Amino acid sequence: MKTARPWQIALFLAPAVLIYSLFSALPLLDTLRQGFYTTNDAGVFSFVGLDNYRTILFDSDWSSAFWNAMGNNFKFFCIHMALQNPIGLLLATLFSLKGLRGARTYRTLIFLPTLLSVVIVGFIWQLIISPLWGVGEKLMTLIGLGDYFAPWLGQESTALLTLSLISVWQYVGIPMMLIYAALLAVPEEILEAAHAEGASAMRIFWQIKLPLILPTLGLVTILTFVANFNAFDLIYSVKGALAGPNYSSDLLGTFFYRTFFGYQAQIGSPTMGAAVATLMFLVILAGVGGYFYLVQRKLTRYAL
Amino acid sequence: MPSSSRSVSTPRLSLIQRSFGPAGQLWVHVVLCLYAVIALFPIALILINSVKSRAAIFDNPMALPTVDSFSLIGFHKVLSNTNFLLYFGNSLIVTLGALLLIVLFGAMAGWALSEYRFTGNRLLTLFMAIGIMIPIRLGTVSILQLVVALNLINTRTALILVYTAQGLPLAVMILSEFIRQIPAELKDAARCDGVGEFRIFFQVILPLIRPAIATVAVFTMIPAWNDLWFPLILAPGDETRTVTLGVQQFIGQYATDWNSVLAALSLAVVPVLLMYILFSRQLIRGLTAGAVK
Repeated sequence: MKTARPWQIALFLAPAVLIYSLFSALPLLDTLRQGFYTTNDAGVFSFVGLDNYRTILFDSDWSSAFWNAMGNNFKFFCIHMALQNPIGLLLATLFSLKGLRGARTYRTLIFLPTLLSVVIVGFIWQLIISPLWGVGEKLMTLIGLGDYFAPWLGQESTALLTLSLISVWQYVGIPMMLIYAALLAVPEEILEAAHAEGASAMRIFWQIKLPLILPTLGLVTILTFVANFNAFDLIYSVKGALAGPNYSSDLLGTFFYRTFFGYQAQIGSPTMGAAVATLMFLVILAGVGGYFYLVQRKLTRYAL
Repeated sequence: MPSSSRSVSTPRLSLIQRSFGPAGQLWVHVVLCLYAVIALFPIALILINSVKSRAAIFDNPMALPTVDSFSLIGFHKVLSNTNFLLYFGNSLIVTLGALLLIVLFGAMAGWALSEYRFTGNRLLTLFMAIGIMIPIRLGTVSILQLVVALNLINTRTALILVYTAQGLPLAVMILSEFIRQIPAELKDAARCDGVGEFRIFFQVILPLIRPAIATVAVFTMIPAWNDLWFPLILAPGDETRTVTLGVQQFIGQYATDWNSVLAALSLAVVPVLLMYILFSRQLIRGLTAGAVK
């Protein structure tokens, strides 16, 4: 590292720090602050302490909506953890196998949906499983599952699961690529040695590759967590801000949007919105904090 | 490739064959092919049906368009009822504008943080890094007030600034990591010749970071192009609408007109598809290069 004149360093840093502070860091801090305030009709802010949080967490109208969204969000996250990441791991492991022909083509093709906008993906699947069009039903009949077809997006019991699966379908590419990159970084000599000792590919996977990519799996987990607890676009474009039917697909993101901008009879409130955003921030902070704590404690043991 | 020091009598089998039997390779292909179909079929179905007549869409959705069933009516409707080309231009301006600012400002900050010793360096690095994990959306209440106060509501500038703020933290990390790997001799030689720090950065360093731009672009342009949240809140006006928002609003309005809906979706997918065909190699290299770090 070299020393330069302070004004030179400041000039290099200024644009990035300024834009980042002004449009990201300070708004976040200010949102945390506004959660403690309320506004009247004239738009005058007054300090109310923890009142907003009391309302959201304990007022029966609010708390049932909030906990519903929170619970749904956990289900949304669990489905991603149970499907998206294992499928991503499986695919990455398969096409990183040595000597597999067409590996690059598979990788390119399977990654494609991840590039598209969630909005587009949501609409595509909405059409495909629409009973009106009947493509989904026809396809299921083709593989003998026709009787199980139902208007999944319209039923309270299945809407959230269906939306989660759509999201899994789209984002499988992200864990896949991250894990693939980690598998590429596994030292060749270790694999060669294990191979020469007669270890099977299964054994090599479980006992060598998996422990070595554990830090990446941790990273994938926390990225999934943050993305899921921040999700909005898919639900909003397929089900609207009301996240129907009967709020069964409501996530914290759509709950935040309704609180901030209002819906139907309820008038939106920036300060209540700020309080919801603060609660989301705390959830995400807990996840990220927990992740770094674990990384510090455990995962570094396996670092290459 | 493997040395031949091992026994020569047994033919070397690939790892796949050794663990799944001689047909192992086949099974791996079956699984990957199946998943590739699952990944691509929905997209193909939309593209195919977008160029068919309404009757053909419903009668036989899985059939390719024939001379009889071919119809571009959906595209006519989308292009005449919306400013689709304008939306497309808006998306391009916003994402490219943000990318330009992110690369330039991110490289400048990354250079300062990795090259110079000064008080607060680690603190500033940490401050920037927070933005990698904490989503910028959580500050929306305040961002909206700020954008209103700056009189930037319904402008592409607002979106460019927000996406720049969103992309900078990761870009600073990627670029400072990259700049750190540039051989010190290059900078020292320039310094010995009495070249100033700014010229070293702009004439020596900046041209060298080109390979890292792909990585930065992948992580900043794709989320910005696909975002619905900020266009919806900061720039919902027709003049400044991005493709993602435009398609969302259009489909909300014409939900029952299947030709239009399919055409709108195709119009949103095709440019991304073309870009992907052109740049998939760079994109995937950028993605994996960024991921290893």
